[in-house]
Amino acid sequence: MKFGVVVFPGSNCDADAYHAFKDALGQPTTYLWHKDHDLRDVDCVVLPGGFSYGDYLRSGAIARFSPLMQEVREFADKGGLVIGICNGFQVLLELNLLPGAMLRNKKLKFLCQYVTIRIENDRTRFTHRGTKGRILRIPIAHFDGNWYAPPETLKEVEDGGQVVFRYCDPVGALTEESNVNGSLHSIAGLINKRGNVLGLMPHPERAVESILGSVDGLVVLQSMIERMS
Amino acid sequence: MKVRILVSLKDSVLDPQGQTVRNALHTLGYSSVQDVRQGKVFEVDLSGVDKAEAERLVPEIAGKVLANMVIEKYSWQILEG
Repeated sequence: MKFGVVVFPGSNCDADAYHAFKDALGQPTTYLWHKDHDLRDVDCVVLPGGFSYGDYLRSGAIARFSPLMQEVREFADKGGLVIGICNGFQVLLELNLLPGAMLRNKKLKFLCQYVTIRIENDRTRFTHRGTKGRILRIPIAHFDGNWYAPPETLKEVEDGGQVVFRYCDPVGALTEESNVNGSLHSIAGLINKRGNVLGLMPHPERAVESILGSVDGLVVLQSMIERMS
Repeated sequence: MKVRILVSLKDSVLDPQGQTVRNALHTLGYSSVQDVRQGKVFEVDLSGVDKAEAERLVPEIAGKVLANMVIEKYSWQILEG
């Protein structure tokens, strides 16, 4: 499976994602420059973390208008696999490929730490190797990760099984404390209705080698590589 | 023509930055301050645009780019021209 990691000015987890897919998982992987109009026949587009365009205006707001994003939108509309991690998630929200928007973290602090998240839906192309309720220890690093949507959208997302990950405490309970950024319903990751576009604030690509402290992100990356049964 | 566009969070959306500013003002003794909402100001120069055209153009720019209408609202005014 061929992966394409999009590079915007200000992306800083592009190399992490490239390393995870190429070196840790042994998949053909290429960088995709945001100014190009060429997805290079990749099977999956990765929108990496970072601070595209310096987070000017709003996180992800300018990257959304990059030339390559037209192709990414068409690719997603045709059912192509797209994952947005952290800033990539913010871009997907700005693109309206996923519902809602990001507010500043509830305590107005940049958060750079490990969190525990719970798999809420294991019937997706990003989580089918995991099981519902499994707890993953994965790092976060963001300022604007406080997911918000109006009540009708929140209901739709919940009823449709679009919530894929929630922040939880180490034993899996949803507490105010474990919901570090204040997201509605502790939502840490969302999938679109069609099931081919995932956005999440935690960084699974930074948790794929034990030397780096956790391998819990592997379940997400390996799910993407393997066919869903 | 110069226009000023004000973008702020919708009333239904919690504004922790505004609350922090309000709390700081309370600490300084400004007890009459009830609430503070924080926003962004854009001053945009438009050339060759009359009032009617601005009334079409500004909401388009504001709704599409300057504000995220899921969480924000905007208002605008003509400053000169």
